[in-house]
Amino acid sequence: MPIFTLLAPVRLHIPDGFLSLGVSLVGWVLAIGAIGYALRQTRGQLGSKQIPLMGVVAAFIFAAQAINFPVAGGTSGHLLGGALAAVILGPWAAVLIMTAVIGVQALLFQDGGLLVLGFNIVNMGVITAFAGHLVYQLLKGLLGPGRTSLLAAGAAGAWISVMLGAGATAIELAVSGTSPLGVALPAMVAANWVAGGLVIALAVAALSPLASPNPDGLERVAEDTGFIGAALEPLYTILPDYTLPFVSNPVLSGLLAVVVGTLVVFGVAWAVARWQRRAPG
Amino acid sequence: LLHIDLADHHHHGHSLIHGLDPRTKLVGTLLFVLIASLLPPGAWVGYGVLFAATLVAAHYTGLGVGFAVRRSFVALPFALAAITLPFTVPGEALAHIGPLTLSVEGTVRLVSIMIKSWVSVQAAILMASTTPFHDLLWGMRALRLPGVLVSIVAFMYRYLFVLADEALRLRRARAARSGVAAGSKGGGSLAWRGKVAGGLVGNLTLRAFERSERIHDAMVARGFQGELRTLSAPVMTDRDWNLLVGWVTFLAMTALIGFIF
Repeated sequence: MPIFTLLAPVRLHIPDGFLSLGVSLVGWVLAIGAIGYALRQTRGQLGSKQIPLMGVVAAFIFAAQAINFPVAGGTSGHLLGGALAAVILGPWAAVLIMTAVIGVQALLFQDGGLLVLGFNIVNMGVITAFAGHLVYQLLKGLLGPGRTSLLAAGAAGAWISVMLGAGATAIELAVSGTSPLGVALPAMVAANWVAGGLVIALAVAALSPLASPNPDGLERVAEDTGFIGAALEPLYTILPDYTLPFVSNPVLSGLLAVVVGTLVVFGVAWAVARWQRRAPG
Repeated sequence: LLHIDLADHHHHGHSLIHGLDPRTKLVGTLLFVLIASLLPPGAWVGYGVLFAATLVAAHYTGLGVGFAVRRSFVALPFALAAITLPFTVPGEALAHIGPLTLSVEGTVRLVSIMIKSWVSVQAAILMASTTPFHDLLWGMRALRLPGVLVSIVAFMYRYLFVLADEALRLRRARAARSGVAAGSKGGGSLAWRGKVAGGLVGNLTLRAFERSERIHDAMVARGFQGELRTLSAPVMTDRDWNLLVGWVTFLAMTALIGFIF
């Protein structure tokens, strides 16, 4: 649990107090607009069968975070989830699903604030759903039919949606005067690179002298500390006088993160593909 | 290794707060968070009053004064997002750390943000701990949240526990198949681990869809028509109204105090 508490900043759930009131209200206007439109868009298609399906996708996105090792999905599961839901059920249904997930996380798990829920929904639900959907459709069209192209398109969509959600969060923090954009944007994006590939970040961290100050300690504890070091690292790079070896670290772990993130989404997309083939229509 | 605490967050009880209508609690909590966000940076008196209010409220939940405080540190790590404020906000120098300068204004803003977020989390914890989830759902519906959305939440919550079990089952299966020799490190190469993890997630997706169809069929067989219904709807009593009016008055005064001092 403490590990995840420490990883919380890269999970993009903004708590109350971090956005100014004005920004929070703008978030609510955007979120309510998107949800209202999504409700209208989905009204015709939602049979009594569709709502449980959306519920289970929402629960899946929630539960997938329960497998936290060696899946890297834990910290960015909800973000991958936005794109995943969009690929399975379309972007408008995905907006509703992510609203449900993020709302419950805020209400029950205090994961993200209530007043800032509007922008949390926009960042992690609306932006990820549409980014995921558009990239997926675009790449699928470019790559043509086939399983590989489906997987590649889904992976790319999920990954780009994570970056866009992180970018949007940084902008909102900057507008609220909580964190200047020049600091928040690189930190958020870098942090989410690492978050997307915790496992690989762990390996990198184990090699890095910074992240394993006590290699003789309990193996498990050392691993956990490695995690923490890796996750916090990008925030250090914002300090101007930092040395070069540490700067190269987040970049490397970022690249590796793509690999693991891709593997995870491959797994999911494979399952979706199999499921669709099994039950067409 | 569950990363979310899947146990129900509701703590059963018969206190004053437990007995309130879910709508009262939802609206009251939202107003509290709203006022906390409204207070300007450095309104220490206002923050103190809000914190005292959470302690009093915690007392009346019967769960103990320190109940919410103990659970309220979840949001603090996000403070990392604001940790640069003392360095970036221009103002009077407070201290020097190497080449960096801490400013008074920036430090005040950072501490204010952290306190605001901390008391807001406490309010949310008290609400979630004293209201069963289905009552919260009912309250949302009664507060005119779209039915489709509330239904999705309801199904999500219903399936959450089922899926968590499935996920644990998958983990157990993996553990059962993964022998570790004494003295050696468990697990294979990174690529191998990634593949296994991807397989787990993929499997969970498949199982999720199958489970959802089965549960839905079972619900339809029992007369489900797309809306969740309750037989005993809560009612807003005089006590609810009195407390809500008192709460709003108190919060308004806190806001005034916060802006004056």
